[in-house]
Amino acid sequence: MSELKGIYALWYREFKVFQRERSRVISSIINPLLWFFIIGGGLGTFVSFGAVGFQTFIFPGILIQIALFSAIFFGVYIVWDKKIDFMKEVLVAPMRRTSIFVGKILGGSTDTIIQTIFLIVIGVGLSFAGILQIHFTVLSILVTVAFLFVTTVGLCAIGLIIGSQMESPEGFQLIISFLIFPLFFLSGALFPITDQSGWLSAFILVNPVTYAVDGMRGVLIGGPTVRFSPWLDFLVITIFSAIMVAIGTYAFKKMKL
Amino acid sequence: MAAIIDIKDLTKTYEDRTVVDHLNLQIAEGEIFGLLGPNGAGKTTTLLMLTTLKPPTSGTALINGFDIKKQPDKVRKSIGIVFQEPSTDEILTGYENLKLHGWLYDMPDDLLKERLTDVLALVNLTDRKDDRVKKYSGGMRRRLELARGLMHHPKVLFLDEPTLGLDPQSRESLWQYIEKLAQEKNMTIILTTHYMDEADRLCDRLAIMDNGKIVILDTPKQLKANLGGDIVRLKAQHLDQELLKSLPYVKKISPCDGELCLTVENASSHLQEILSIVGKVDSVEVRIPTLDDVFLHYTGKAFKESDSQENWASGTMTAEANE
Repeated sequence: MSELKGIYALWYREFKVFQRERSRVISSIINPLLWFFIIGGGLGTFVSFGAVGFQTFIFPGILIQIALFSAIFFGVYIVWDKKIDFMKEVLVAPMRRTSIFVGKILGGSTDTIIQTIFLIVIGVGLSFAGILQIHFTVLSILVTVAFLFVTTVGLCAIGLIIGSQMESPEGFQLIISFLIFPLFFLSGALFPITDQSGWLSAFILVNPVTYAVDGMRGVLIGGPTVRFSPWLDFLVITIFSAIMVAIGTYAFKKMKL
Repeated sequence: MAAIIDIKDLTKTYEDRTVVDHLNLQIAEGEIFGLLGPNGAGKTTTLLMLTTLKPPTSGTALINGFDIKKQPDKVRKSIGIVFQEPSTDEILTGYENLKLHGWLYDMPDDLLKERLTDVLALVNLTDRKDDRVKKYSGGMRRRLELARGLMHHPKVLFLDEPTLGLDPQSRESLWQYIEKLAQEKNMTIILTTHYMDEADRLCDRLAIMDNGKIVILDTPKQLKANLGGDIVRLKAQHLDQELLKSLPYVKKISPCDGELCLTVENASSHLQEILSIVGKVDSVEVRIPTLDDVFLHYTGKAFKESDSQENWASGTMTAEANE
């Protein structure tokens, strides 16, 4: 019981901060839209995969892009918390470090999921207007959000693991940019992975984000660009997140002050 | 009175350096205890160990009867801390910061509301509770942090440099709160401070630490009396130190800021004699000793110079790696 209240407290704090930092909300919505309309629109006039237009094709990829950037970047706030003494205030509270970690993860995931839902709403609107060819149903939306949530938890954990070991926000940003871009570009977010072979294929297959994109694409679009069954995708991404949470719990226990 | 804090052989070593060296100390319930010392003396690390944020290498301490090594959770429930660096979230309101604290300490809702009202009134922040902390002044923020540290009614309150950077008026009011707490709630308060006047005013007893050990421990009054006389400060071109040393009533001679400080028993009656021996002086000053003199005497360092960089709160983030 006591742990739950503490977890709630940490979630509440992250959520309030997210609500009040307008720049964070606005930029996290504008960025994906830029990708969607400029990259999607620009390339879309020349490129299409299977039966659907390019913008439709990359829609799951843009959802994942939000998750990647927002969730991993969330780890920077723990670096800031350590810089001021807020982190100590939390650490001297009579609650377990694991609970602190869980509270942080839930806070970061909530922020991220809210942003993706915003894009899903836009996607639904564009599908109604006939611009996108996405099968939005209650079920497909729920499954998509489930995929996003599980993926986000794992990605938040990565951000927090790195953040818990770093002392400067600048260092944190440097490290995650080396991480985010390969994870994004090698995930099949922007091109189909069904025809890839050779060395690139190996990287794509070990990238957990690939399975999140593939799973959502399977649910939302279908067709020949989908490689695995959504069940397999979901299993892989769940295992990935579970491992990340386990490592994160350990990292928090070992976190030095 | 029973000891609420019982430190036994508390030691912290980093590779080749011993930062806290077999510290033994008992602090009584309701006492206001000051921990002073130059930079690197180990008081930082001591506080971190006592607050369970850093494990000791050997030895331990009992706080409120709980072992900091074996029962850290119970220790954490018994203590409150006001850190040196800001530790409130400035995007949240004062009220929200306190609420968050109550939740972290698993306080029931009714109790939480009651205590919130209490502590806000105590530090005079009731009418500003719904403002974001960003809009608070330094003094208000400090008071909010003090209020927060009190919410769960800790048996022991740790204050790290409680009035650092505050204007004189805020300092005075904060001192009054601290005294009130110790008296009314029988709360034990451990504080570190830069300000000798603060230590003198607040502390029942204080310990001066140097090189991981307690050099001296006593009441401020006794510490000053221990020096054995008044301070005579001389500025002159030629001073015969050997001759001054031979005088029976001169207890100590030490350089201070390019001048010479003598500790003289009953200085007012011997001043004429000293001046005649010294000859022509540029200036002379006689005063009763302050804690600054005590500090200088025991550590060989002037308090302000040695301690201006001391910052256990922010230094600790890298302490493990650096120390």
